Amino acid sequence: MTRRHLLLTVLSLLFVVVPAGVSHAQDTIKIGYIDPLSGAFAATGENGLNQFKFAAEQINKAGGVLGKKLEIVPFDNKVSPQESLVQLKKVISEGIHFVFQGNSSGVAHAISDAVRKNNERNPKERILYLNYSAVDPSLTEDKCHFWHFRFDANADMKMAALTDVIKQNKKIKKLYIIGQDYSFGHAVADAAVKMLAEKRPDIKIVGNEFHPIGKVKDFTPYVQKIIASGADAVITGNWGADMVNLARGANESGLKVPFYTYYAASDGNTAAIGAGGVDRIRLVGESPAFNPEPATKEMAAYITAYKKLYPNGDVNQPRIQTGLQMLANAITRAKTTDVYKVALALEGMEYTTLSGDHVVMRRSDHQLQMPIYISVHSNKNIKFDFDNSGFGLVTESKVERDKATLPTTCRMERPAA
Amino acid sequence: MFELVFFSLLNGLVFGMLLFMLSSGLTLIFGMMGVLNFAHAAFYMLGAYFAYTLTGYLGFWPALVIAPLLVGVVGALVERHGLRRVHRFGHVAELIFTFGLAVLIEEIVQAVWGRAAKSYEVPELLDFPLFRLFSTSFPAFKAFMLLVSVGIFVLLFLVLTRTRAGLIIQASLTHPSMVGMLGHNVPRVFMAVFGLGSALAGLAGVIAGPVLGTFPGMAQVLGSIVFVVVVIGGLGSLTGAFVASLLIGILQTFAVALNYTLTDLATALGIGLSAQSAFADLWTVTIAQIAPIMPYLLLILVLIVRPMGLFGTRET
Repeated sequence: MTRRHLLLTVLSLLFVVVPAGVSHAQDTIKIGYIDPLSGAFAATGENGLNQFKFAAEQINKAGGVLGKKLEIVPFDNKVSPQESLVQLKKVISEGIHFVFQGNSSGVAHAISDAVRKNNERNPKERILYLNYSAVDPSLTEDKCHFWHFRFDANADMKMAALTDVIKQNKKIKKLYIIGQDYSFGHAVADAAVKMLAEKRPDIKIVGNEFHPIGKVKDFTPYVQKIIASGADAVITGNWGADMVNLARGANESGLKVPFYTYYAASDGNTAAIGAGGVDRIRLVGESPAFNPEPATKEMAAYITAYKKLYPNGDVNQPRIQTGLQMLANAITRAKTTDVYKVALALEGMEYTTLSGDHVVMRRSDHQLQMPIYISVHSNKNIKFDFDNSGFGLVTESKVERDKATLPTTCRMERPAA
Repeated sequence: MFELVFFSLLNGLVFGMLLFMLSSGLTLIFGMMGVLNFAHAAFYMLGAYFAYTLTGYLGFWPALVIAPLLVGVVGALVERHGLRRVHRFGHVAELIFTFGLAVLIEEIVQAVWGRAAKSYEVPELLDFPLFRLFSTSFPAFKAFMLLVSVGIFVLLFLVLTRTRAGLIIQASLTHPSMVGMLGHNVPRVFMAVFGLGSALAGLAGVIAGPVLGTFPGMAQVLGSIVFVVVVIGGLGSLTGAFVASLLIGILQTFAVALNYTLTDLATALGIGLSAQSAFADLWTVTIAQIAPIMPYLLLILVLIVRPMGLFGTRET
């Protein structure tokens, strides 16, 4: 009898309806965040979520938007395009109109396409897709549409800056490209091959390798191949666990050539690279590094406040703050959360980032135009390290906005109100 | 070229021996109880997580011993209080039980340790390059992994063939009722084997965690490969598990190293295929790109040609 009693108790506990989700629709503006919160890339997604929460908190402290508070609502997509579409349905059913996503261009294509179709079919339930990190150029080129805005420099803009640096290094004769086998990895490789052929035709591409995304744990066989190819430099667009494990494999096998990367910092990368990568691992990004000094006092204060709240995290994607603040400004300017009017307000919007850069949301393709920075992994003059490792990034060079701007092939169809 | 072959062989050996530690337990359990234990890889994950936590308190070396023992105890308890009860309802019930257990363990791991990967690192004592040949270095920890797994292999071999306990286990594999008639406690033998198998999986987790990562999906990553290994080797055959483990380990490492495509094969055969031919995508995929599915291709091939596996005696 007692056992049955226990069972009943457990069952009744399970079915207690938790009065969660009491709607505060009146006093908050909900913003969906669809990114990996479990699986191989959970660390990256979790770190991004914290940065969004923090940026929203800062905006709320300063009075919010239209007198309302911003609320970040996370949705776990496990970096799967299919799962993302399921989560997007949830976003729609919860009445959320603004969605941020960044990890994986494969996911970005799926969401972008679904948002475009949804907005055509349900003009009353429109969604604005704010892409803070998925950099496949195609999203603002042949696949561009009115409801998508990108706050990160696309893969071509970044590769143009990287190849400029490679151009200067006359020691590089043989180059190896390794990347994840999906749209972004291929975009990086294609851009590298094309741009190097123009800038340094003497460089031989000795490897152009794709590996499954998020599946390889031990990169030793790949590193072995790089060593065997005799490459004297490596280009990789790897991010998250794939970059951590690649760096680890390279360290273990004693691969000592320079790496030109998109994302080899923070989220475990800086710690994994460690002493072996000093002055050797370079990274291209939309933000100046925080060393030897952050570009502005505001940025320094922001990082300090963030580290106080999330001691194990890093501000590794300042574009999150840029994107959220620009959205907030657009809502303020439109004086409504109506998606169409907010999108119109975002078009052509100018903004000064926390680092003091003047950026502008280009109207023709919704690609944010910004300066691009190259920084290097180091342990000298480090004020703000990554992964609490004592190592961090130091700014090495800057490409001004007008130089970083690339033409677009986007032919955007503008919907009627 | 020699450098590439040598190090690929070495890495294949490390990975293969790791697979053997997992597959030996799985195949022993299957051979004896007829249960395909879906939760086996989950015990491997438990080993890594236990070791991660214990390393924080006691250091790596005590964890290396304690974590597998703990996993073994968990395994024995699962057999004693779970599997044995389910046993009387037949194999399907057992299969479903172990499947549910795998899901349960994964959820528990996520609840206790979180969804993000843990920074379970190589111990400092072994964090150096063991030797350097040409321009490649070989990490000491991998050598240690190889050493441990070879040691386990030798130990397992000796126990099974040279001791009385091994004799009983081997007899229980084929004639459980006869062993019972002779006065041995067969259920206890089952429990011991299940515990031992789990402990081996746990040990594999302890030494693989720092290299292959300690995260909630780690069981799934290796789980499917381990099934491939035991099926290719022949369910219930320890020799088969050993050969298949090394085969898969080396195959996977080498496949990554090779850039040949079907176009190259066609050229070698004198057939003109170019990047412009029909189905060009198919002809230009390199072996390296399909490396992750190679084990499964081999699995299908073995099932077609020799359904009982390389060293198996019964149909799978």
